[in-house]
Amino acid sequence: MTTFSPPASAPTRRMLVGGLAAAPLLASPLLAGPAQAQAGRTITLLNVSYDPTRELYKEINAAFAAYWKGKTGEILDIKQSHGGSGKQARSVIEGLEADVVTLALAGDIDEISERAKLLPANWQSRLPDNSTPYTSTIVFLVRKGNPKGIRDWPDLVKPSVGVITPNPKTSGGARWSYLAAYNYGVQHGGPGAAKDYITRLYRNVPVLGAGARDATTNFAQRNLGDVLLSWENEAYLTIDEFGPNFDIVYPSSSILAEPPVALVDKIVDRHKTRVQATGYLNFLYSPLAQDIVGKHHFRPREAKAAAKYAASFKTIPLATIDKAFGGWKKASVAHFADGALFDQIYKPA
Amino acid sequence: MTAVGRPFSQTRLPGFAPLLVIASATVMTVLVLLPLFVVFSDAFSKGIGHYLAAITEPDAVSAMKLTLLVAAIAVPLNAVFGIAAAWCIARFEFRGKGVLLTLIDLPFSMSPVVSGLVWVLLFGAQGWFGTWLIDHDVKIIFATTGLVLATILVTFPFVARELIPLMQDQGSDEEAAALTLGAGGFTTFWRITLPNIRWALLYGVLLCNARAMGEFGAVSVVSGHIRGLTTTLPLHVEVLYNDYDFVGAFAAASLLASLGLVTLVLKTGLEWRHSGELSANRRH
Repeated sequence: MTTFSPPASAPTRRMLVGGLAAAPLLASPLLAGPAQAQAGRTITLLNVSYDPTRELYKEINAAFAAYWKGKTGEILDIKQSHGGSGKQARSVIEGLEADVVTLALAGDIDEISERAKLLPANWQSRLPDNSTPYTSTIVFLVRKGNPKGIRDWPDLVKPSVGVITPNPKTSGGARWSYLAAYNYGVQHGGPGAAKDYITRLYRNVPVLGAGARDATTNFAQRNLGDVLLSWENEAYLTIDEFGPNFDIVYPSSSILAEPPVALVDKIVDRHKTRVQATGYLNFLYSPLAQDIVGKHHFRPREAKAAAKYAASFKTIPLATIDKAFGGWKKASVAHFADGALFDQIYKPA
Repeated sequence: MTAVGRPFSQTRLPGFAPLLVIASATVMTVLVLLPLFVVFSDAFSKGIGHYLAAITEPDAVSAMKLTLLVAAIAVPLNAVFGIAAAWCIARFEFRGKGVLLTLIDLPFSMSPVVSGLVWVLLFGAQGWFGTWLIDHDVKIIFATTGLVLATILVTFPFVARELIPLMQDQGSDEEAAALTLGAGGFTTFWRITLPNIRWALLYGVLLCNARAMGEFGAVSVVSGHIRGLTTTLPLHVEVLYNDYDFVGAFAAASLLASLGLVTLVLKTGLEWRHSGELSANRRH
């Protein structure tokens, strides 16, 4: 008994060992894939954006890549990342290497500038129109035929109405919605009335999603609530996607939502993509991009595109963040910081 | 060797047994079969052509490759770690053994979100090593490395937990005999230890692999959600769902479900053929 032959037959053992060894080998041809794609003259740009711009930037990226190739011969691969605006800003602060950010509100880009020092504090003055190549506003999306008769802000606080809106802590659209509602309260009774109004409004919110898309899916797909406080573009998109089961209601007043864009200086210098990223942001103001903007139900800045799509946007009085709230810094401190007004008025059901 | 009989299969079933069988069959149908059916029926709801287009679209292919790559790195590493840890724990007495066992179990009791967040706190731009990593142009978070790290952390108990009870049960007699008869350490491991644990090892690797490919929470935190670059298959499902591309989302989900089904078939086959060697595991 000097030899040790294990009870199991040798072939089985080889099969097992061979099988384990083959696992990485099987995967290895796959490893070559992404690496090869990045070889050659392809330059990659990353646009970190917020939730409802998924479709918009898909089309703009293709248009810009074609334009840039014609102009410079360089082949661009523009990557997209989407999520709640606050969460996306957080990721960039933590190291997500965005060449450009296109977020829902200036406050989120201010955070990137302050906390991670990736771009200068005056970033918003570097591009035309407050660095916002398109605007939008907050409207109501209701179920077909408007069964609950929701016409204006006061209807949202009626006892039987379920209001769907995401969490203002993580979602840019939710902040614009909150401020539009609050501003309506201020205009109809002052700050005290506004606090009372907003308290009653959030009492009617059954669940706060993380981003605009969560909220839209809750409302449209899962049939939660009676009214969605929505980006205007997202409301039109919902009708495009889910068919005519919804109506858009414009309240008597709302807010001018300005989603800004910015170059992330430290990242483009590290990636050596400043020229391409600057070209990309400038392209957003071009007639071609502005037409795509209008097509996706954002309000274009450029006169010709604005005129072309004017009919689809209703003109209502729109408050601006600067005039009504003294800018994003003040608004954040007063309403959305830890322990500020939103934390005081919102109690989860 | 350690074959444990199954007394229940030999006793007569009590009178209410059929009711229990019906109840569990109903629960299984509602909780497992129905959702599985929904995944596949929604995936094919616009026809096979649409389904094939959805799973061959570049972002889907890239998500699939990334998922396989992450698993191909994380699973072998965890297999090696699992064998080493189980060997230490089953064969030796040392101070801190209890602590080591608890540490191995930690990922089971920790939320996957935490398993992702710790890497952000360590290697994120504002984290402990953030500045150094940026200065040396090393990307961990929001890149494949971060995805691999998060997956390793979540899945490392699987192999070790399968092997420890079995190796404790087997004892070290055969290895001692081999060493006495002049075999070296490596020969002993290769010809005695490994053959004895091979089925439990394969079983642990399968479970580890299933979890590695399906993990969502931990990888979501470190991914950055860059389409076609850092989205694994589970993250790709979420992206498509939020893009209102429900057929695409369910098609990607069906790929994941298929990977799970293959694992299940392999696992059942193993249990059926090698119930004796695996039975030691049923104690935990």
